[in-house]
Formats: sequence, C-alpha cells, structure tokens
Amino acid sequence: MLTNGKPRVRPPILLDEHVIDVVSDSGEGAQRCGQTFAAIAARSGHGIWTVEIIPAEIRPPARSIAGASGIRVRIASADVTNGGDAADLVVAFNDQVLRGRLRAKELRPGCVVLLEDKWRTDADPDVAAAYSQLHDELSADGFVVHEVPMERECRRLVDDPWRGKNMFVLGLLCRVYDLDLALAREQVAMTFAKKSAEVIATNQDLLEAGWAWADEHLDLRFSIPTTQVDEARIVVNGNTALGLGVMASGMEVCAMYPITPATSASHYLSSVFERVGGVVHQAEDEIAAATFAIGASYAGKCAVTITSGPGLSLKQEALGLAVMGEIPLVVLDVQRGGPSTGQPTKAEQGDLLSAMFGSHGDAPKVVMAAADIEDCFYSVITARKIAETYNMVVVVLTDASLATAQQAFRRPEFSTDWLAPPIDQRPVPAGARPYDWDEHTGLARRFIPGQPGGMHCLTGLAHDRDSTVAYDPDVNQEAIRMRSLRLAALQRTLRPPTVRGDQEGELLVVGWGSTRGAIAEAVERVRADGHRVGALHLRFLQPLAPGIGEHLARFDRVLAVENNWSDRLEDPMIDDENRRYGNLAWLLRARYLVDVDCWGEAKGQPLQPGVIEAAIRTRLTQRVEVPR
Amino acid sequence: MRQLAVTNALLRTHPDHYDLDDYEGGVARWCTGCGDNAILAALQRLCRDRQLPPEKTVFVSGIGCSSRFPHYMNTYGFHGLHGRPLPIAEGIKIRRPDLDVFVTTGDGDCCAIGTSHWIHALRYNPDITVVMHDNGVYGLTKNQVSPTSPRGLRTNTTPSGSPLTALNPLTVTLGVTNVSFVAQCVDWMPEVVHDIVAAAHDHQGLSFIRILQRCPEYMDGHFEPWIRDPERLLLLTHEDGLQPSPSTSSTYRNQRDHDPADLAAARVIAETTDPIPVGILYRNDDVPCYEDLRRADHRFDPEEIRAVVDEELDRFTIWPTGAAGS
Repeated sequence: MLTNGKPRVRPPILLDEHVIDVVSDSGEGAQRCGQTFAAIAARSGHGIWTVEIIPAEIRPPARSIAGASGIRVRIASADVTNGGDAADLVVAFNDQVLRGRLRAKELRPGCVVLLEDKWRTDADPDVAAAYSQLHDELSADGFVVHEVPMERECRRLVDDPWRGKNMFVLGLLCRVYDLDLALAREQVAMTFAKKSAEVIATNQDLLEAGWAWADEHLDLRFSIPTTQVDEARIVVNGNTALGLGVMASGMEVCAMYPITPATSASHYLSSVFERVGGVVHQAEDEIAAATFAIGASYAGKCAVTITSGPGLSLKQEALGLAVMGEIPLVVLDVQRGGPSTGQPTKAEQGDLLSAMFGSHGDAPKVVMAAADIEDCFYSVITARKIAETYNMVVVVLTDASLATAQQAFRRPEFSTDWLAPPIDQRPVPAGARPYDWDEHTGLARRFIPGQPGGMHCLTGLAHDRDSTVAYDPDVNQEAIRMRSLRLAALQRTLRPPTVRGDQEGELLVVGWGSTRGAIAEAVERVRADGHRVGALHLRFLQPLAPGIGEHLARFDRVLAVENNWSDRLEDPMIDDENRRYGNLAWLLRARYLVDVDCWGEAKGQPLQPGVIEAAIRTRLTQRVEVPR
Repeated sequence: MRQLAVTNALLRTHPDHYDLDDYEGGVARWCTGCGDNAILAALQRLCRDRQLPPEKTVFVSGIGCSSRFPHYMNTYGFHGLHGRPLPIAEGIKIRRPDLDVFVTTGDGDCCAIGTSHWIHALRYNPDITVVMHDNGVYGLTKNQVSPTSPRGLRTNTTPSGSPLTALNPLTVTLGVTNVSFVAQCVDWMPEVVHDIVAAAHDHQGLSFIRILQRCPEYMDGHFEPWIRDPERLLLLTHEDGLQPSPSTSSTYRNQRDHDPADLAAARVIAETTDPIPVGILYRNDDVPCYEDLRRADHRFDPEEIRAVVDEELDRFTIWPTGAAGS
C-alpha cells in the first residue's frame, strides 16, 4: 500500500445512507460495476437497492445525452425499500452521459462527481470543449468534481480499457465507501465466475488499481455503518425473483413471447427450469403463449405466461376463455409505459384496470401486485395456489422498476407446501358434472383429461353445469353469477391490510405495487414534522381485501399515489366532473364511496420518495373541506 | 376374492371394448349434406378401430362450423377460440404425451385468423392429428369469402366475386420446415377419409389432413363436377401410402404411384388443383416431436425441485459472517 506522499486524508464522513450513480455509454459495463458494488455492500451488512438506468436503444451513439446507461445504487445502514431521490455521488465515464443525468435532475445539489478526464485532451476540439464546459459549469454550480484518469490508469493493465474501466471504478468506489478489499476481490471472482481464471485475475487487478488510485489521490472517504446481518439473505432483481417463484411454485410450463421489460424473467427461468423438468416455451406470438399455457393448464397443473402491457392486451381474449372454462392460469405482467409501444424500458403502473376489466364481457379475474423484490417471489407462489384453488386467472402485476431493481431480503426457505399437488387422474364419480358449482362459493371441481368418466366438451360458449351450450337465458346468468361468486369467496379469506404510520388523522396515502417503499418513506418524512399521516398498501386489487373502507374512514382525506397519469385539478380544463383519476383512485372511489384524491407521474421512472413527499405536503397545506 | 373385486371395478371404468356409440356425444347440428358429418363418422370409426380410451382422447377445435366437432364426440373436448386450437393442443401435449390429441379446424380458423399458429405448429411438430375441414367459405358467420375460396366466388363480402386466387394450403404446408405428414382427401370418399385419418393418427408427429368438404348452404354444387367425374380426382397410391380397395380403384382409375417420402414430388403434386390429388402427399417419420425434445414425460419430484431451488438460492445468497457457505 502506498502510504508516503499521498494527500492528507480527512477522517471519513459518517453517513446513514448514500445514493450513487454510475453512468457510461452503453456497453462499458457500468451496470455490472454497480451490481457488483451493491453485492459487496450487501455482503458487508448494508441495506441496498439498485435501479438500472437503461437507454431505449441497444447501441445508442457514444457520448450522447440520451444514451446514458448505468445504474443507481442506494446503500444504507438499515434496509432500503426504494431507489431514493437524487444522487449524492455520481461516477461518469464521459461528460455527455453526466449531462444527461444533470438534465434529468437526478443529481443532488453539491453532489460529488467522479469524472473520466481523458476527454479534456481529446483530439476533437469540440469534445474537449464540451468536457471543459460541463466541468466548469458543475464546479461553478457547487458540485464537487474530481477528475479521474480512468483510461490512463487502466491502460497500465489492459490494452482495451473500454471493457475494463468498470472494475477500476468498482475499486475506486470500494475505497471511497470503505468496503473490504478482500471481499471485493471475492465478489469480482463471482461476477466473472463463468469466465477464465485469466479474465478474473485481470478484473481483480483493475479493482485493486482503482482502489490504490483512490487511496493515493482521492481525499474522499464515506463511512456508512453496517447492521450486523444474522440471517442468510439473497440479492436478486424482480424478474429473477419471478423466475425463482415460478420454479418454487411447482408450475411446470411457462409460455411466453419476448417483450421488454418482462423477458429477462423468462431468460432466468429458461436457464434453470429444465433441471426440474420444466418447459419455457417461446411461442410464435403473445396469443399463442397464452393459449399454449391454457392448454397446458387444462390438461395438467396450472401454467404461467409472462408478458408486459402490449402482450397483456393481445392475450385478453384468451384470458376470457380461461375465465369461461374455469381453467387456472397465472399471468405475470411486468408493466411498462403505455399506451401502444410507449416506453418499453420504463416504469409505469398503467395496466391495473386493463388487467381487471380488459377481456370483453364479464370476466372476473384475480389481480394482485408485488410491492418489492421479495414480494415478486412470493406473489407467484400465492398466485399459483389461488389459481388452482379457485380455478381462476390470477394476474400478478410488477413493473419495469422492479424488473431490474435489486434488493437484499431474507433467503426463502423452500417448502413443499408451495408446490401444486399431482393432477387428479382418478375416475370421476358417477353423476358428477364438469361444472358442479357450489351454490355459496361458485366453486366447482375441474375434470382433467385422463380421468375416466369425466369426458365433456369444455367450451368458450356460455354453458351449463354439464358444459353443454346454454341457450336458456337463465342458465347463462347462473353461470355468470357462479364465476363472480368465487371472487367474493376469495375475498372472505384475505387478511385485512394494516396501515403504517398514523392509524387516523389528516391524510391516508394509498398505493399498490412497486411504490410501497417510496410512499412509506415519504409518509415517514412528513410524520417527522408532526403531521398525522398513514400509508396503506394494497397487495390484492381484485378482490379488495376486507377492512379497507374502515381505514379510509379514519382519515380526513385519502390520496391514491400511483406511477400513472391522473388529471390535475390545477389544469384549467380540468374540474371534478371531467377529471380522469389514476387506476387505483377509480377503484377506491367506486368501491368505498369516498372522495379519493389522486396524484401520480408518468415520467417512466420509479416514483421517488421526495416527489411523493412534495405531493403529500401540497395536500396537507390545501385546507379543502372534503365532503364525507 | 378381494382382488377379483378390484379387477371388476377397474373393468367398469376401463371397458375392454369400445363400440362406435361409446364415442358419440351430442347430436350433430350440421346442415343436411354437410361434409362435416362424413368426417365425424370417419373419426368415430378411427377411435373405435384403434380402441382409443375416451378419457385419454382430446378433440380441440377453434370456432366455425367444423369446430363444433368436439361437442359431438364422447371424449374430452376443448372448443376454444377462433384460430387458436393449435397452440392449445400443443399446450395439452407438452405435459401429457399420454393423451391422444386431435385438432379439428376450418379453412377460416386455420388459414386466416390462425395462420401463424398453423405455420409454427408444423415446425414444432407435436404428435397431434390436425383435420382441416376446407369448404372454401365462412359458414357459421353466414357466407363470407375464405382464403381458400375460388376466385370469383360471390359472397356477402365479395358481392361481385372474390378478386383473389385461392390460397393453396398444401403448398404452404409442404413449404414449412419440419413438416412431417400431409394428406388430402374429399368428404365424398368415406373409405379413403377413414384410411387417411387412420394413417395420420398412426404417424408420430403433426399430421395435417386437408379434407375438401361440401357446404350445401353457401357452396351448393361447387364440387359437383369432381363428384360426377372420377377422372378429376388423382389418387396417390403407394405401398407406404394409400392403398385403395379394389372397388375404389375400379371407380377412381386416375391413379399415380407416389412415394410419400419424396418431398419434391409431393410439392409438385400439391400445385395441382385439377384433378384434385387424394392421398398421402408426404410423410417423414424422422422429424422429432416437440414434446419429446422438451422432455414432456418428466415426472416432477418435490425433492428435486427443493434441491434445484436451494442450489439457485445459494447462488444469490449472502451468508451472515461466519456462517457456512460464505
């Protein structure tokens, strides 16, 4: 270790948490750098959350503002439930991607900037000028800019620093945040586990070079105390958690068609599913994926189809068939920005109502939403069980912000109770009917091909208890009633959700899906100022769990916060009669007859606690009398 | 004695012989003179001849006149969505290779709304029998033009005659990678229909049969010239293909020896629309079935799942300091 001649190092600044961005041109490995850094931090006992910064194109032009690719890592002493607000520290591989983050207002005032300095002396005078201009601008605006000779240092070890810089930066970050170098070396070996020993060694050398350079040249140390972890935890992203959940639920068939941002769940599942005999079938289109899964479910255990918004739209007719035939089916919808092609790589909670009501006619389905990465895993297991118990379609909503975000959570302990039982192949008792609906619950045992005596023709046409086509109007209505009753039967079994924070008071903030952590954090901030605010998060959207109405009634006002668009009353065109609400607000208003207000954004980014906090504060200061 | 009692119980649920009426479901509601009736009779006869257990047999259909088919069988049936019977059948087969799966579809169901599934099902090559009832018109929705309608056909959507040449399902099918069985027959030759569906059922892989079928309601008399003149049918015969009975041979004397292994010859024959080729155009027993490639018969073992899930969780696990596995 170099000890002589290095600058005086101030004692580390003690922090509770920090938000760190690493941005580069696409392909320079910023994401791998950030993921590895997060894993090292998690192994050291930090709470972590990562958010990928994804350009829409596979190979955007180099040094472009829109091409910023990278990752945000939030590390903290305690557990982290969301990506936080703006960055406290940013590492940029060039000035243009940094400008992209600046324009997006993702950098906190006074943010520390570690910037590749090679552009200052670039042969192209325009490039050099752009670099100097941004550098001076940032310095003038109070950002703390450190120029780092990333390429020059990496060139001492590798010929092509374009592929090695990320590990140099990793070493730099490990030094700045006081993480253990030996642990970092180990994690780099795991990151490159599929590569040769030579590749691993080179990357470890780059890591150490980054560490040593920071140790020698950078008077910048942060220390975030760790919480001693006494349980095994796993670090995965939301889509991997979905894939793990599919396998752990005992489902045997996943049919899918490639679509962003859902596909990586199927990538992961494809890499492991065959080891237990499972099949990932990449169908010729979304409709085929849904109907293939329906066929597999009909003749066997419940199957799953994984998709995103446009795919959900295409599958809707098939979902209606599964509802009509009472075929269990799990649909995983990793939501993205819509409508149409919209923002494929960006986050939005736009599919709630289409998941509930998307198919034509009266097609009751179960709709649930995962609140974080851990929930992605367990939701699939729950969904499979509900689908097979109630012979229903269960849609699980996640979104692009969970798909690639990583969180550390308690390692699941596998239970064989999670698995579907083997399919029933016993003879059907004489006189049993294929849709022998229970008068009270609407439930009927399903007959599976292979069961002697159970032969019948399942049909998407209206049908009676014998599955014969219903021409009698009363028969059609009875079947509709029976399919509807099952949602009520499920609702009776759901646990009432609890309110976090104040149990009564000025404002109840209600959310669903990926916003739970950010809403909870925003609510805590305003509570710290003495406001009496609660947070209610819904896991089941259809049916809605019991007890929600009572929670709403205990607060003066209710605000639904969602990552989707709702008209704003400050817009001159908008009034109470023409305002379009957010998805959840529509539901709550219809169900509970409460004048639920709503606030949301449709910027394609995860909702940050700071913007939610601002929206809450605006509501709290508006002294509007709400009719109760 | 007890063992005998158990055997008796089994015999009740698994009769040792099935008769034709064991396969008969609801009363068919097709029009008098509709070719679908002949196809139903041929498939019921096939089930009887092969003694297929009704509970192990599934007929999957789409939407259209022909897709009412499963309602008239006393087997398991799946009357699903317009155009989608093939992916449903593939899904059934993927975990249940023990089931005998048939698809009954029409020219609209298969060659219009379900075209992409048709092409891709041929490529997946699951072991299913696909019977495409081709009457060249939409019947259930009351007389609209179909992809296989002859040019000039006047329908409710083409009042001045269809401007397009008919799509040829045989050339399309024979052009798809992994195609493994293609046959064609006509509804008015019941013996040949039976022989062909039997050969199709016995083939391992996707068997595609196009059955030209009369629609007395909207295409009345369309096939009359072919029915009246047996010379306008070209019987494809071979020791590995169709072997017509002497009585059939004496009526249909326009015959050609065609080896179903010869894909190039099959493609040439498929181009012929008049005379209508009848017989097995192509068969290749060596194309692997999708469900075999995907290990459909794997038995799920909870302990195996536990082992793999645990192994996967290990990959992502951060063990507490000092604990095993770090």
